[in-house]
Amino acid sequence: MKHKKIRGLSLQVIPFAELRELSISERVKKILGLVLNDKIVIVHGRLRAEEEARLIEDTMAMVDHVKSFKGIELAVIEPDMRRENIIVRMKHNIAKSLVGDSSALTVVGPASIIKEIKRDPKKIELFLK
Amino acid sequence: MLKILKSFARRILQRIFKKRENIKIGFYGPPNAGKTSVANRICKDWTGEEIGIVSKIPHETRHVQFKEKVNIDHKGKTLAFKIVDTPGLATKIDYEDFMKFGVKKGQAKKRAKEATQGIIESIQWLEDMDAVIVVLDAAENPYSQVNITIIGNLVARKIPTLVVANKIDLKKASIKKVEAAFPDYDVVGISAKEGTGFDDFYEALFRLSKRV
Repeated sequence: MKHKKIRGLSLQVIPFAELRELSISERVKKILGLVLNDKIVIVHGRLRAEEEARLIEDTMAMVDHVKSFKGIELAVIEPDMRRENIIVRMKHNIAKSLVGDSSALTVVGPASIIKEIKRDPKKIELFLK
Repeated sequence: MLKILKSFARRILQRIFKKRENIKIGFYGPPNAGKTSVANRICKDWTGEEIGIVSKIPHETRHVQFKEKVNIDHKGKTLAFKIVDTPGLATKIDYEDFMKFGVKKGQAKKRAKEATQGIIESIQWLEDMDAVIVVLDAAENPYSQVNITIIGNLVARKIPTLVVANKIDLKKASIKKVEAAFPDYDVVGISAKEGTGFDDFYEALFRLSKRV
């Protein structure tokens, strides 16, 4: 079977500090703006649940209006705190509320480049088209 | 944030002033998990009518559809529900995927456009739900980001949630995998196709209704 060679892959890392001061709309707009330029965005931190929902809503609105845009692939990688003891979890929650969830990574990329992001508790795999 | 606070305040007021009747139960989940099949089975059992059409082609449900006053009896107790079946949530829509099922290009594009609007509609209806049943395909990997995003939003909005692992009739199905992915939730295994597991489902549904 013939496979196309990948000619280049553009990754953009956004530190969470860069997003912290932005409103939900601005955060989502910034991420989608980069994705529309065929960049795979890695956010150091994770969006809140309602921001993820907003990201999906705005993505769908763009699929509807931007020709050849098919949507996004989205995945969040974060440490599994369920097996940690209560003190460790408390420390993690305090740090999270003070500086945001910087222990997580959010990967967002255009569905036209990323075929699938597979994740299970132990690993994350990114399959390109 | 304001939306969440409003929704929380509304639910508190409803609890104080409204009787627990016509509880709005939303069926959420990824496309093709069997949300409409589960909702159909319930509506058919208790009203004699189905709620919507099912199909192997993803995004068959592209608008929110509901059935009012579905009275369900369980162990001598009756509760009235409003069953709300929602379009499957996804982060990407490609009309070419529909063409693989034999849908013509024009129809596939129309379907894709309606599907994107259906997803937006689904998310917007989340605010109005008293409780949510998250329907997952027990034969698929439960760790998809869409599933995690749905659950995360339900937690943030403090909406009582039940996870249903559908299609347990399939060989690849694993309730244990779904339970491992969502250890903080009640998980019930059912087959909407064969009608199995519904006693446990109704038991869990009535338990869930107590938290509304």
